[in-house]
Amino acid sequence: MAIDIQKIRSDFPILHSEVNGHPLTYLDNAATTQKPQSVIEAITQYYTTYNSNIHRAAHHLSSLATEAHESGRRTVQRYINAEHEHEIIFTRGTTESINLVAFAFGEAFVNPGDEVIVTQMDHHSNFVPWQMMCERRQAHFRVIPFDENGELQLEVYENLLSEKTRIVAFNHVSNSLGTVNPAKKMIDMAHKVGAAVLVDAAQSVQHIAHDVRALDADFYAFSGHKMYGPTGIGVLYGKERWLDAMPPYQSGGEMIDLVTAEKTTYNKLPFKFEAGTPNIVGPIGLAAAIDYLNTLSFEDIQAHEDQLLAYGRERLLEIEGLRIYGNAKEQSSILAFNIEGIHHYDLGTLLDTQGVAVRTGHHCTQPIMAALGIDGTVRASLALYNSMQDIDALVTAIRKALKMLGR
Amino acid sequence: MESIQALQNEIIEDFSFLPQWEERYAYLIELGQKMEPLIEEYKTEENIVRGCQSTVWLHRECIEGKVHLLADSDSLIVKGLAALLLKVFSGQPAEDVLAADLSFFAETGMDQHLSSQRANGLMAMIEQIKAFAAKCAANEP
Ligand SMILES: Cc1ncc(COP(=O)(O)O)c(C=O)c1O
Repeated sequence: MAIDIQKIRSDFPILHSEVNGHPLTYLDNAATTQKPQSVIEAITQYYTTYNSNIHRAAHHLSSLATEAHESGRRTVQRYINAEHEHEIIFTRGTTESINLVAFAFGEAFVNPGDEVIVTQMDHHSNFVPWQMMCERRQAHFRVIPFDENGELQLEVYENLLSEKTRIVAFNHVSNSLGTVNPAKKMIDMAHKVGAAVLVDAAQSVQHIAHDVRALDADFYAFSGHKMYGPTGIGVLYGKERWLDAMPPYQSGGEMIDLVTAEKTTYNKLPFKFEAGTPNIVGPIGLAAAIDYLNTLSFEDIQAHEDQLLAYGRERLLEIEGLRIYGNAKEQSSILAFNIEGIHHYDLGTLLDTQGVAVRTGHHCTQPIMAALGIDGTVRASLALYNSMQDIDALVTAIRKALKMLGR
Repeated sequence: MESIQALQNEIIEDFSFLPQWEERYAYLIELGQKMEPLIEEYKTEENIVRGCQSTVWLHRECIEGKVHLLADSDSLIVKGLAALLLKVFSGQPAEDVLAADLSFFAETGMDQHLSSQRANGLMAMIEQIKAFAAKCAANEP
């Protein structure tokens, strides 16, 4: 059954607003998605009826808040099919999830001369933390390049892998190219040499299959705000045996068991990695977002987004001099492009005056831009509430912008 | 030469005839298109203004206590913004450049419309011009 796009759009209040005197066409979903009414209400309800600190007090509100927060953990667990609830660690977002692993895994398992592999198409958040860890641990930092279609060169990856490889980190979907990387295959290759794998799922968990056990991912990181949930909440999934063997990342309240001046012992998972009062409402809002997604069928969401993507590519390529970056066999949700002789900033600015929100620049992926020999692109990124009309609005606005720019 | 304030007032007046941002951008683009491209030998690494999505070059000279500026960018809108700054500042005494408050940004609403977009590098350009004016006023090379 196809999804009812009008119904979905009516669930997202912001989509009915105007920007610069035009109805909003929101195509910056890879940066952050809009929130359905149910998420907004879950957050409001928390603050108006049961706001309280969790895991500590004996009073009624605290137990309500604790239950809602922990129920959010179970909702996330089911959404990504993790084996255990305590394998779900709440963070601020993908960036913090990756930093946590880069630090704690590095401390526990990476020694001088070891190797860490990332890709040339990773977000700075999945690039720099590993580079810093390699400096700290005197390990070697290796990068898998991509080819002219925006696909990773797996034969290079194969050669980089060795018994020295401790961990491989890559994004499932690239935020700048839209490439869907062959995650399962890459994970299996890493496991053959005994390396762990972190999947940056920031751009995939809301668009494509997201089953950590089917993937056999060791770590899996994503952000609530990119999947229709609130900002400031993210998830790190880690296999129990890794998490148990890793030292804490931050310390303070919540993460301790016994504290004395001689020695402190740590709390059990997941709290070992959740120092301090957490973002209490975050998991509540995130669970509401997942509940919302669960009212739809994921196949339908994917079919809808794929159809939009294909339509978007076709319409954009009608524009003379337009070049799309990212032509992998498998693509998701991203339309990144430039038009000959036109600066991406000018185009993005003129789209904004027409109510069309896109992002321009390097999208936190300078290594990609360097490989492509450009300094940025215009990026339209899709979500489940986008429609064919949004694509048409984008194309119409581009044509008008081109006229203004003397083309 | 007109004062910095008088030149700013002219810009405020120009913009008052263009209430829509779309028209304003069209105007900025036109200014950008009209501005002489910078000669290649001035497009040096040193002249690049950092902090912009587009590449901006700002060539600065201090002649007898006056600030002389040339600029270019690969973005037409940014080039138009640079043209406004050049109109206001280039050829002015360094002390005046240093002392100038850029009221035209607030009065045209440009500060609000553009400030969210750090990307355009307007603030970075102004900082560079002011820093250069300070040197020029102090007679430093
Ligand atoms: C692929 C990818 N990884 C990581 C991140 C960082 O996510 P966050 O800023 O939510 O931590 C992003 C966000 O742009 C992303 O697209």
